[in-house]
Amino acid sequence: MTSQAAVAPPRALQHHFDSLEQQRDVATLGMWIFLVTEALFFGGLFTAYLVYRSMYPHAFAVASEHTLIALGAANTAILITSSLTMALAVHAAQEGNQKSIIRFLVFTFLLGTAFLVLKGVEYTVDMRDHLLPGANFAIAGANPGHAEIFFSLYFIMTGLHAIHMIVGLSLLVVIMYMTSKGRFSKEYHAPVEVMGLYWHFVDIIWIFLFPLLYLIDRHK
Amino acid sequence: MTSEHIVPKSTYYAIFIILLVMTYTTVQVAYFDLGPWNPVAALVIAFFKASLVVLFFMHGKYSSKLIKLVILGALFWLGIMLSFTMMDYLTRFMG
Repeated sequence: MTSQAAVAPPRALQHHFDSLEQQRDVATLGMWIFLVTEALFFGGLFTAYLVYRSMYPHAFAVASEHTLIALGAANTAILITSSLTMALAVHAAQEGNQKSIIRFLVFTFLLGTAFLVLKGVEYTVDMRDHLLPGANFAIAGANPGHAEIFFSLYFIMTGLHAIHMIVGLSLLVVIMYMTSKGRFSKEYHAPVEVMGLYWHFVDIIWIFLFPLLYLIDRHK
Repeated sequence: MTSEHIVPKSTYYAIFIILLVMTYTTVQVAYFDLGPWNPVAALVIAFFKASLVVLFFMHGKYSSKLIKLVILGALFWLGIMLSFTMMDYLTRFMG
């Protein structure tokens, strides 16, 4: 009888897991649970928004008309496209196609950067138009105190979202680096998947922010 | 344990197109006066878009029962926070 040499465990398999499959399941579960905490985190702000919108519907409607709908809509399309490229990056990882992983991660990164650039343009215009809450806040056609609450929520919610985008862009660079070092294969690419989950979540937050902030009352 | 399900690229492209169409729709609907139903329409569309992202881009549809439970848990607790809070505020000042 021939004796078989023991098969070395895959380099990526950590000692406390039985298999790469189990390790991957745990990694994605961990990210999903984190995303639940993030949903509740943003959820608190959405709750505040709902309360104040129900209290000051007119001021919120007038304030919403001052947001730049073209930039908001463009950013929505940009993020949706970035989710597509991110999903394609994960797909490439599942197929073990290193070049494609990097290509799609780069596209995702560029789209995310474009989003932040447009956001910066928006903020600049908003501040020029006296919409930043504070001493220089001014608005016509609505109770300024109530409208200022809308813009407090607007800047905090989009600002918090932008911070999440910046974290996402940084993580994308890390994953790009890991990919370039040949760390991923068909068998092991959990970090790419987990990156995808985070990125799609940030997209989902914006999917809700856009109609609630930009589209309250465009028909008057 | 779950073996990895590879979603075909064609599915991703289809979902992408649907998401863009729904974004366009939500902007157009905002310019129609539906009275109190405008925010409802906007949120229904947003919820539908988010569901597509969760189910297909995030592989929710192909995930284990445990992960599906985690997703439902998020919706459940978010639901409590939003509905109970609004139930409070909307039933004040009723004489």
